[in-house]
Amino acid sequence: MKKKLLDGSFLYVIISIVIGFIIGALLLLVIGVNPGVAYAKLFSGVFSKPKFITYSIVYAAPLIFTGLSVAFSFRTGIFNIGAEGQYVVGSLAAAVIGILIPMPKGIHAIVCILAAAAAGALWGFLVGLMKVKKGINEVLSYIMLNWIAFYLSNFVVNIKAIHTDQGAEATKNIQETASIKMPSAMAKLTGCTDVHWGIVLAVLAAILMWFIMTKTTFGYQLRAVGFSRTAAEYAGISSNKIFLTSMSISGVLAGLGGAVQLLGMSERIPQFASQEQYGFQGITVALIGSTNPLGCIASGLFYGAMKYGGNKLTVVNVPTEVVNIIMGTIIIFIAISPVFKEILQKAVAKKEGGKD
Amino acid sequence: MKSNMDKDTVVIEMRDIVKKFGNFVANDHINLTVHKGEVHAILGENGAGKSTLMNVLYGMFRPTSGQIFINGKEVTIENPEKAISLGIGMVHQHFMLVQPFTVTENIVLGAEPMKGITVDLKTAREKILELSEKYSLKVDPDAKIEDISVGMQQRVEILKVLYRGADILILDEPTASLTPQEIDELMVIIENLTAAGKSIILITHKLKEIKASSNYCTIIRRGKYINTVKVSDVSEDDLAAMMVGRHVAFSVEKKEQEPGDTVLEVKDLHAVDYRGAEILKGLNLSVRAGEIVGLAGIDGNGQSQLVEILTGLSKATSGEVLLHGENLVNKTPKEMFDKGISSIPEDRQKHGLVMDFSVSENLVLQNFAKEPFAKSGILNKKAIHDHATQLIGDFDIRPVGCEDRLGKELSGGNQQKVIIAREVTNDKDLLIAFNPTRGLDVGAIEFVHKYLVAQRNKGRAILLVSFELDEIMGLSDRIEVIFDGRINGSMKGSEADEYKLGLMMAGGKAE
Repeated sequence: MKKKLLDGSFLYVIISIVIGFIIGALLLLVIGVNPGVAYAKLFSGVFSKPKFITYSIVYAAPLIFTGLSVAFSFRTGIFNIGAEGQYVVGSLAAAVIGILIPMPKGIHAIVCILAAAAAGALWGFLVGLMKVKKGINEVLSYIMLNWIAFYLSNFVVNIKAIHTDQGAEATKNIQETASIKMPSAMAKLTGCTDVHWGIVLAVLAAILMWFIMTKTTFGYQLRAVGFSRTAAEYAGISSNKIFLTSMSISGVLAGLGGAVQLLGMSERIPQFASQEQYGFQGITVALIGSTNPLGCIASGLFYGAMKYGGNKLTVVNVPTEVVNIIMGTIIIFIAISPVFKEILQKAVAKKEGGKD
Repeated sequence: MKSNMDKDTVVIEMRDIVKKFGNFVANDHINLTVHKGEVHAILGENGAGKSTLMNVLYGMFRPTSGQIFINGKEVTIENPEKAISLGIGMVHQHFMLVQPFTVTENIVLGAEPMKGITVDLKTAREKILELSEKYSLKVDPDAKIEDISVGMQQRVEILKVLYRGADILILDEPTASLTPQEIDELMVIIENLTAAGKSIILITHKLKEIKASSNYCTIIRRGKYINTVKVSDVSEDDLAAMMVGRHVAFSVEKKEQEPGDTVLEVKDLHAVDYRGAEILKGLNLSVRAGEIVGLAGIDGNGQSQLVEILTGLSKATSGEVLLHGENLVNKTPKEMFDKGISSIPEDRQKHGLVMDFSVSENLVLQNFAKEPFAKSGILNKKAIHDHATQLIGDFDIRPVGCEDRLGKELSGGNQQKVIIAREVTNDKDLLIAFNPTRGLDVGAIEFVHKYLVAQRNKGRAILLVSFELDEIMGLSDRIEVIFDGRINGSMKGSEADEYKLGLMMAGGKAE
């Protein structure tokens, strides 16, 4: 048990989170803010009312999806820094269908979600195709496709049939039939008017990904290629096929993140001035979740809570950016956690060696 | 040079070294004394603790207890830099070279001669050529590591150590990847080095080499110090018995057997290497059921390309690969496997195993999608686990109960057993074994050879590609010699003659 804890990643994630908060506290002290006050606000902003807790969960839904997207591709040895673009095209596809094409309630939402999945898949597949056919480094094409998605979205937002006539720089709202909001009774119960089905879909997706990864022959091939491309090919597994599939699936997940956020929460796409960040935050979620699909549920909820609670810091005159600093610090310490691992394992080994 | 007037100067003394990893004792009170200008072999099976002891000496591990004296003075070696400053250099079995860098760049890495703020590669290059001349270590200082042979990479490693002014060289399994000729060259290099007053610690399990090169030999078994002997006083059998703790059979018993139908026929095979130079130049080869055909040759004459083509990993430019008469040339690895070709790859860590997969998962690397291991795309973990338990027992893979251990946690010999267990039970008509005993100890080699012969006796066709001439001669029913991308001659295994084979391997024709 002890060994399992020392060899696994959970302990080190917790240590990193604690260090993240400590460094955040130090910085708050430097700018003359009492960290106790700030953290108390952060905490109460998340937990003091059912409404707050519900909002934190609502915030987590798209993050779990983009986190899953990054985590899934990581297992094949691919760093999906393109989740941002896949998220944007997913959201865009859902918006276009949600606005333009009337359909019966329920079916409309499903079609929007499928369209988002297809758009995300295409965005991931393109990068995979360039990688396996021409050997183009996926990181470069991911980043470029992020920007193509960004400007494509801004272009579509300004198409006359889609742009709102209410005076805002955004699309029209999606039709009522495409919404995935939960029934109003639920909103009343929780006090959160934005409560939607996204989190349920996210948890289902995480369980499905976990199942695929650990229980299926496809997951076996995925991991084999991720660990050792040479040995996998020697054994007759076509790594190119695996790359294409896993990068497409990764795109689907990020695209779904865009869809649930749009259909459940924002209901329209604004003209972007800067990138939305959900995709990049997915990298953080994946890393905190140790690239384990189930871990992504927990880390997505954590990030969602930090984002939602962080919004309230301005009430006590604390800049919201503190949250970004804490999250960034956590990632740095997770990245160097092999060092802690070694130190702790040595310390324990020494202690046990001394007992002999 | 086996006589040297400095023989009495002790350069290294390790006293009562103990090294524990958790509860595991890797070195249990080991003593080692090395004199100036001597070759001191350290003999032990895989996992006996040889490498741990050397890593302690080289500052990679701190000993749990014990003392180290260098030139009579007690020292603490905290890290490899300290070891280097004490004149200790180590040539690792797995080379530590930067693939896209040139030979020169690799040798100076970390000790770059500076000219102002730039690295003075020109001076370095000259110094390297000088060293390489002095100790007859042939290298091309401008070649990139990824383009040169394993033998040359090793010479680069030795030069790296000499460049840093080492007086004590630790060579970890230096002959594991060399051809007989390269081994002879290495022996000359070792002689030159000791003649110049350098001391050499040779970690090995090849008894012949110890007899040929070493003055003293320290034997370690399961972490314990067994003995230090004067090599001239003992026989190879004595050394083997001390190492393994029992008597070992060196030659495998093999009954005469009439081979059956032709299984593999390679016709006029041509292929080019990564530079586009022709490396296979019309190779013809056949293997029949129930025979072991040994392909002898010096590394770099086309063996790797031939095996890659036979396993589907690379493409031939022309020619045919007939398996039971069906042409399979340039099919995918999966098709080759499904049609009946299995293989024990040369590089077990790169191709043979997924090092981060468990032993169970590795044992189904080709068959994971077939019943009973999977049904409609869902893995059957229990079947995979049970299959592993069966093979771990049948093939004596250790440690017992290693089903869920990762591949990288096993010793080299046991990794090879995993591959052999998998490939042998794949039940294919043709088994290709490429350097199947590379880096293995005597006990494990005996095991591998026994299995290859058992497969032959069962009527399989076996193509043994090896750089170990002893292995080829000991196992083959027929020996084919590859030279410059073609078969340069052949002989019956029972009539094999080391001298004639060596001649053919070098491109000559045997009369």
